[in-house]
Amino acid sequence: MENGFAAQITGVLAALILLTAFALLVQRRIYGLLHIFAWQGLFLSISAAVVGYSTGLRHLYISSALTLALKVFALPYILYVLIHRLKIQKEVEEVVNIPTTMLIGIALVIFSYHLTSPVRELSTLMTRSTLAVALATVMLGLLMMITRRNAVTQIIGFLSLENGLFFAATSATYGMPLVVELGVALDILIAAFIFGIFFFQIRTTFDSLDIKEMEKLKEED
Amino acid sequence: MGFRGTAIWSAVPFQGRGVVIPSPLESVSLSVVIFLVTAAAAPLLKSRQASLINIAFSASAIASVIAAFAGFNAVATGAVETMVLPVGLPDLPFYLRLDATSGFFVTVTAVLVFFVSIYSIGYLKGFIGHPAGLAGQRKVTSLAVFYCLFVAGMLMVVLADDAYFFMISWELMAAASYFLVVFEDENKEARRAAFIYLLIAHVGAILILLSFGVMAGLSGGFENFNGYTFSAMRASHIPGVWKAAAFFLSFFGFAAKAGVVPLHVWLPEAHPVAPTNVSALMSGVMLKVAVYGMVRVSFDLLHVSDWRMGGVVLVMGLVSAVMGILYALMQVDLKRLLAYSSIENVGIILVCLGLAMIFKSFDMTALASLSLVAGLYHITNHAMFKGLLFMGAGAVMHSTHERNMERMGGLIHRMPQTAVFFLVGCLSISALPPFNGFVSEWLLFQAFLLSPSFPTPLLNLIIPLGAALVALTAALSARCFVKVFGVVFLGRWRGQHDTTVNETGLEMRGAMGFAAFACLALGLLPVFFIGWIDAIPRELVGGRVSETASEFGWLWLTPVAAERASYSAPVVFAGILAVVAAAYLLTRIPRAGVRRAPVWDCGFEKITPRMQYNSTSFAMPLRRIFGFLLSVRETVRPSGADPAFPKRLTYRLKIRDRIWHGCYMPVADASFWIARRFGRLQHGRIQIYLLYSFATLILLLVFA
Repeated sequence: MENGFAAQITGVLAALILLTAFALLVQRRIYGLLHIFAWQGLFLSISAAVVGYSTGLRHLYISSALTLALKVFALPYILYVLIHRLKIQKEVEEVVNIPTTMLIGIALVIFSYHLTSPVRELSTLMTRSTLAVALATVMLGLLMMITRRNAVTQIIGFLSLENGLFFAATSATYGMPLVVELGVALDILIAAFIFGIFFFQIRTTFDSLDIKEMEKLKEED
Repeated sequence: MGFRGTAIWSAVPFQGRGVVIPSPLESVSLSVVIFLVTAAAAPLLKSRQASLINIAFSASAIASVIAAFAGFNAVATGAVETMVLPVGLPDLPFYLRLDATSGFFVTVTAVLVFFVSIYSIGYLKGFIGHPAGLAGQRKVTSLAVFYCLFVAGMLMVVLADDAYFFMISWELMAAASYFLVVFEDENKEARRAAFIYLLIAHVGAILILLSFGVMAGLSGGFENFNGYTFSAMRASHIPGVWKAAAFFLSFFGFAAKAGVVPLHVWLPEAHPVAPTNVSALMSGVMLKVAVYGMVRVSFDLLHVSDWRMGGVVLVMGLVSAVMGILYALMQVDLKRLLAYSSIENVGIILVCLGLAMIFKSFDMTALASLSLVAGLYHITNHAMFKGLLFMGAGAVMHSTHERNMERMGGLIHRMPQTAVFFLVGCLSISALPPFNGFVSEWLLFQAFLLSPSFPTPLLNLIIPLGAALVALTAALSARCFVKVFGVVFLGRWRGQHDTTVNETGLEMRGAMGFAAFACLALGLLPVFFIGWIDAIPRELVGGRVSETASEFGWLWLTPVAAERASYSAPVVFAGILAVVAAAYLLTRIPRAGVRRAPVWDCGFEKITPRMQYNSTSFAMPLRRIFGFLLSVRETVRPSGADPAFPKRLTYRLKIRDRIWHGCYMPVADASFWIARRFGRLQHGRIQIYLLYSFATLILLLVFA
């Protein structure tokens, strides 16, 4: 009964994560993107805690706390400061228009459900149905990176992709070992710093954060 | 271990006072350590270049003397000594081994390194220049460091007794020599040459690694590392096909380093641009280290017993010898010419090795050991005379600041001693008695001439043909060095400014003198030399030459039997001296003084030194005869109003290496073409790159 309830909650959280992933694709304003990303982190953190509570795996609480600290507060704050300092345009520039992106996103979700159907039949874990959502989040993150032009939005896409991976880890295997978890968290933090440095470098070199400028870097014929 | 060679060590003064006398292997290791320490310490003297040169190269000279004595003892006693160093990866220690074969190569290497180190002291002073003049000034710290590393690498290759240590040493040697070639790195030509060298060295190293992989896997199993020692490889019996695979992989791998045609292209590029002391070492001993690899793998580890393998080696050797000397004849750049001549000499060494393999596979141990001895003798000789010639060329370039022979001439008046030493080198390499080149080539001809008929018709065809080609090579090489000596030292100066040309310093002349003396000594006392290396043919092919060779004492060399062939260098030398003395007396005594008069100018009044017979004109007949083997483009264009009475003639001669354009350029072009096709994938847009990964991910998810 307890497990059934937990599964229900996880399902709801999975739906919310998927929703935020789509929201990231739709959102045109950069501060809005940050908020949505923070919400996604929050849902992720709660879902890890719920899975940890229902299965009695203690280390998932630590994962949950880490996610809360890093993805809900630290990273959005760092990005906020960056955007503020760099005085980035508040509008997101996209390569493909938003309705088309949405349609591709929906196709990806269906594809993920189709892909994970054999796993759902074989697995006995209570979180098994959320694997498809996790995979879809990964793909939507990648899609976001492909369709956005600004370097900051690319980073948010990358972080959302990482969220998807984390969700896949909790849903498919009840979380990775704690060591791996800590390592990944640290990596993300370091990545954020490196991004920050790179942003300033790109900015000083190209006078813009539009990565279209980097097309000049290819080999001349 | 007790051995005869202790006698030499007891000459060391502190013997008998309780000091432990190091064994040969320990001495060679000590010498390697000295080289490595010198390399590490050299940068400390960076700000004092003159003392850096003195200290670093004196240390190298001392270390090489230690190694030379140790190697000499190891060969003389024929004792085998091994050592395991507890360094390397866990469970994969380094194995060292000093037997007669490696002792021989240690000795040859160390002796030439000794000469070249002394030479370098004088030669490199030209690089740092005089304190007053800034022109040509240059730091030589990196040269000293990599020189020591290079020599240490060569000695380590020869000492290595497992594939792992061998490859590490091999790569140390290759990397150090790369930095030596690229020493004058502001020069575009040097960078290009060094790149080609590195490329071919790596292709060779991969082949060698694969060969060791095959041997190690088949001798110790593919699941563990037990087979990586040479002793495991030596003990195992590798089945036929794999044996051939291992043999050819290693042969071509070593051939890339030894400069065998068609893998020779790096050699004529790298030698001219490297500092001359480095070229002397690369040509004199580095090529021999590659030959050592061939000898070690084919005779010792694989026990080659198939005549077809020997046949391939023989044919490759013949092609290298003939092509090498033909290209050498066409050159006008002195160092490039010497580089091509090294290709020829490596070819001759390979002919000896190939013959030894063929004889061994038919169980003719006496002939096999004769050919092997001829090969080893030629290795020593080539190290000595090619080292001498490169040192001489360096001396000439040092004084004239010129590499092109067409702008030299008459240097015998300016540099009389260098001229004499260079002449000794030319006579030796042209295989003229009483110098050393003659002995080894004569031994090779004996091996050819004494070879009986074989059960396979192909060999019966190749062997006489091979003898003829070796004879042709010897003749062409004599012609080549007549050209070199004649154009550089005789006649009159062709260049622009000759006021600065004068004799080189004492160190350089001393080193050349040592090498010239070694050439003469090796030519006069072949019986001692053959007796010294007796252990090597016994170890490798199970036969010996020394008994029959020294049957008539040290004066007469009789490789197989006195009634078949005999040669006495001292007698020939005495004869030559007598003839020269007689000629001198006859020409000098009757007429006192030389009459000097104007040269008959055929009625043409304005004769200039540029009208002398020069290098290009000397090579012209051969260019006509063998032009089809080379890629020669010759154009003569008259300019002026009336073509019948041209004001000026423009003569353009372009000789290119056919192999470079036939084998290497297509490969290079194809790889560039493919790279450009792949270059289209690069748009510089991150989105596109991400799309690549996204599409790959989706595809894999769908089809996996």
